[in-house]
Amino acid sequence: MTELTSLTIAEARDKLTSKAITAVELTEAYLGAIDAANATINAYITVTPDKARAMAKASDERIASGKAGALEGIPLGIKDLFATEGVHTQACSHILDGFQPKYESTVTQNLWDDGAVMLGKLNMDEFAMGSSNETSYYGPVINPWKAEGSNQQLVPGGSSGGSAAAVAAHLCAGATATDTGGSIRQPAAFTGTVGIKPTYGRCSRWGTVAFASSLDQAGPIARDVRDAAILLKSMASVDAKDTTSVDLPIPDYEAALGQSVKGMKIGIPKEYRVDGMPEDIEKLWQKGIAYLKDAGAEIVDITLPHTKYALPAYYIVAPAEASSNLARYDGVRYGLRVDGKDIADMYEKTRAAGFGTEVKRRIMIGTYVLSAGYYDAYYLQAQKVRTLIKRDFELAFHAGVDAILTPATPSSAFGIADEALAADPVAMYLNDIFTVTVNMAGLPGVAVPAGLDAKGLPLGLQLIGKPFEEETLFRTAHVIEQAAGKFTPAKWW
Amino acid sequence: MAIIAGELLIPSENAMSVDLATVKRVARLARLAVSEEEANRMVGELNGIIDFVEQLSEVDVTGIEPMTSVTPMEMRKRQDAVTDGDKADDIVANAPETDRNFFLVPKVVE
Repeated sequence: MTELTSLTIAEARDKLTSKAITAVELTEAYLGAIDAANATINAYITVTPDKARAMAKASDERIASGKAGALEGIPLGIKDLFATEGVHTQACSHILDGFQPKYESTVTQNLWDDGAVMLGKLNMDEFAMGSSNETSYYGPVINPWKAEGSNQQLVPGGSSGGSAAAVAAHLCAGATATDTGGSIRQPAAFTGTVGIKPTYGRCSRWGTVAFASSLDQAGPIARDVRDAAILLKSMASVDAKDTTSVDLPIPDYEAALGQSVKGMKIGIPKEYRVDGMPEDIEKLWQKGIAYLKDAGAEIVDITLPHTKYALPAYYIVAPAEASSNLARYDGVRYGLRVDGKDIADMYEKTRAAGFGTEVKRRIMIGTYVLSAGYYDAYYLQAQKVRTLIKRDFELAFHAGVDAILTPATPSSAFGIADEALAADPVAMYLNDIFTVTVNMAGLPGVAVPAGLDAKGLPLGLQLIGKPFEEETLFRTAHVIEQAAGKFTPAKWW
Repeated sequence: MAIIAGELLIPSENAMSVDLATVKRVARLARLAVSEEEANRMVGELNGIIDFVEQLSEVDVTGIEPMTSVTPMEMRKRQDAVTDGDKADDIVANAPETDRNFFLVPKVVE
């Protein structure tokens, strides 16, 4: 019998349904794998074995009585950004020390309602601010992938680095993640996993620690396209508790898999061919184009002229919203408090001790661009540019393009504690150059592994779709997956 | 990646620059205590980021509305009625200092 942890969600679902395995056995296998690997990978910051066993036992009972849900008995890891009742929820920040919410986020509640099992909380960049998982208060996550012939430790990407690493290392069957500028798709690309950021409004933001409210969206990271489709169907919902939750029915995403892409128009934006892009990335992109052409899709060159302004606009809009959202961490209602000589001193000392360097940097930028005299020059200008970025996409879709194909990242995974990146915050921000446009326009985007670079590290392609047309993305990503195959790291941990 | 950075990182000549006094003023507004050393480091970092975002000023936005919502849908509203509450214990459960369902803070009024 194959190792239980090597089963995809779809495979485990079949074996659970046919009673070839039990949910308790599957959960025990994952708890064992986490126990053996987590000291090295650092993907989990809290493991909840008692809760997992109790949930698995309840799943077995529901399966026995014929009441199994869509994710019955499937063990999942949850990004630390999602509020989980009575369980560590800190957005991997020191400032939320000891916080255990009295409520459950809508996304995780949806998963438990469908029978999923919680294994624990996953590491991430502090408040989801980062592209390498190195800003976490709980230390970096180690990518399960290593370059051929090298022992160097690599980052898994960020901010959902724990989610991506746990999925790639088979420390959970699938994971929740969130994406504000690329935080699902970039780590998915760095770890050979599939990650989808759905359309803004598809998943409820209720109970998810807020970073930049107009950009934040939850989505899954999974081992393959089918598993991502299964997870998104459960995570998505129409939620009265989130006013930006969109009142549209949730399709059966899995049913889109296997449908033909014949006659579909795939746009190739010339602005995503940036100077200095590694040859491996260009080759991967051409390979993706060939896969879709072979499957009968029509490839068309398109232009998205405001692409280069997406990242600078993001670094105004996101920090501005973050500085406002993070004002609530004041040492009064939850988390850390550092005493001071008066209340203002207490606020300042608490926030100085509780926030890490990158979070402070973004709060400072956000406060600066919103401050008197600068609002029009920065924030208002950025929001107007955002309108133009969205219009670029609308024009392409209006001209008949069904989906857009781009690389997911400008490189493969880089080393932990990279000195050049540590010295230049903007160089780190450039990791999100291909993904951030999608958040600015509120569109759905999926990262699907499409090959390995010369060093043997995974690379991903990104597909961008029309609002609420995630089905098109799953269908097209599945075609790429069928052609490119799947990629699993050699176990060294 | 660094080469891509080089392409995008050409500082604009008319960039507004952040000095030490501005960093300290903004830190005060953001309620962040910063040491002299931290403030000095932030001057360079914030200028780097401001230089980077400065390129937005070259975009012609004449007649363009600022984005207020990415989804063209109208915000859903509900009946103005009490649907939740009576959870004082839950609300103060995670607070560092409380007394009979009040949050405790240092004395504010003399």
